Amino acid sequence: MSNLVEIRDLHFSYGDRPILANLSMDFPRGKLIAVMGGSGSGKTTVLRLIGGQLRPQQGTVTVGGENVHQLDTEGLYRLRRKMGMLFQFGALFTDLTVFENVAFPLREHTDLPEELIRDLVLMRLNAVGLRNAHALKTNEISGGMARRVALARAVALDPQLIMYDEPFAGLDPISMGVTANLIRNLTDALGSTAILVSHDVQETFHIADYVYFMSAGKVVAAGTPDELRQSTHPYVKQFVNAEPDGPVPFHYPGKSLAEDFGLEGVQ
Amino acid sequence: MSQPLPSRFLGAIGGFVLDVLARLGTVTRSFLQLTAKLPGALRRPSLISEQVHFIGNYSLLIILISGLFVGMVLALQGYYTLSQFGASENLGQLVALSLLRELGPVVTALLFAGRAGTSLTAEIGLMKAGEQLAAMEMMAVNPIQRVLAPRFWGGLISMPILATAFSAIGIIGGYLVGVQLIGVDEGAFWSQMQANIDVRRDVLNGVLKSFIFGIAVTFTALFQGYESQPTPEGVSRATTRTVVVASLMVLGLDFIMTALMFTK
Repeated sequence: MSNLVEIRDLHFSYGDRPILANLSMDFPRGKLIAVMGGSGSGKTTVLRLIGGQLRPQQGTVTVGGENVHQLDTEGLYRLRRKMGMLFQFGALFTDLTVFENVAFPLREHTDLPEELIRDLVLMRLNAVGLRNAHALKTNEISGGMARRVALARAVALDPQLIMYDEPFAGLDPISMGVTANLIRNLTDALGSTAILVSHDVQETFHIADYVYFMSAGKVVAAGTPDELRQSTHPYVKQFVNAEPDGPVPFHYPGKSLAEDFGLEGVQ
Repeated sequence: MSQPLPSRFLGAIGGFVLDVLARLGTVTRSFLQLTAKLPGALRRPSLISEQVHFIGNYSLLIILISGLFVGMVLALQGYYTLSQFGASENLGQLVALSLLRELGPVVTALLFAGRAGTSLTAEIGLMKAGEQLAAMEMMAVNPIQRVLAPRFWGGLISMPILATAFSAIGIIGGYLVGVQLIGVDEGAFWSQMQANIDVRRDVLNGVLKSFIFGIAVTFTALFQGYESQPTPEGVSRATTRTVVVASLMVLGLDFIMTALMFTK
């Protein structure tokens, strides 16, 4: 099976601060691939590099055979029309209604008549269970509903690639389960490739086909959810079992306790 | 080892100059990017009319009330000065000239910076903080074209209209105080105004001034919002900078344009 997205030897840093080092990843077509890791491990940066919002210092990102960072602005926008992205907190347009948010990409990129836009928007909203909420303003809906509206908007143009940036963050267990199932079902129904960035182990393992574990800008482990549940890799073990100490230390690195309290040499 | 004082001093000056040049480069590049998108934005007139309504209509009340009071004060102050020289029948000319050439465009631009400029900066800054601009980019929609350009047009169109309304209501205020309250001859008030106001030299130059102020204030407001740090503190700072920078620009540009337009 061919890969829709390929990352090769990617290096990225903010100024002097390295974020990603020598990163290589494959995202096969039609699969739901999760990228997991702790806060600051570089997961969201990977998504931004795939979307062309950031430019790497070294290495390549190809989407559908096109090198993202060699495209001009027009080429990048053409490529982005094949992508959908769900931002961490939805990033809905606050001056528009639920309906207009989902209609936004359709209005911007197509000349469809109003009746057809209405039908398409209501179909998308129906798929996320919010058809009857179409007239509400974004400040009248809950965080979980906002995430579902953003999901409907992200898939409005049937993208080949859908990227989810922490879709479960801040959701109650019911909304989390609903969102997870929607991500899986939409990926299957649209036949698209999905990249899911998350640190929520249960929901992600439940829906992902394959998982990359990242730490400090590198892939430290990869495999199917079942393989990773059995993994003896110390980082994966600590992460999956939510252990407070391990390769990711509880204490921020620095001086030792004895040194800080002036107890060095005391027996 | 620390560097000697003279070289630290020179280094600081060099750093400052480089910062200023980099900032100027960013501002110029942003201005060019925005102006390049202006013709394209005309293809969506509904977005522009929405902004004219939002920016212009919502500023109208404060502009009209301020214009009325400024005209009334001008008539009071002007009458006391002119009457000392026995020239109180020239009150209409004084009120109209002051408003059309200076106070109309300048006070409108300052009020516009405070009312509409801050609202534009905060709106764009919050859109950035809420990742709405990034979401737009990821939907292959250019936020400069879709968000900034219609707002820029809205400011450009609104400002001359608001300044004209300010001057018009200011003249009515001057009439109410000068003629109705103080008792200056009504015929002299209007005829002196009509005889001494030149449409091209006074009225059109005033409109041109307000158009330039419209460019300066609206661009400042949009730029500050677009370049703001995407945090509550960053948006708050950007909003303050809009008022400070736009007001200073209006006053500085006014001096330059007055020197070019009205010197004999």
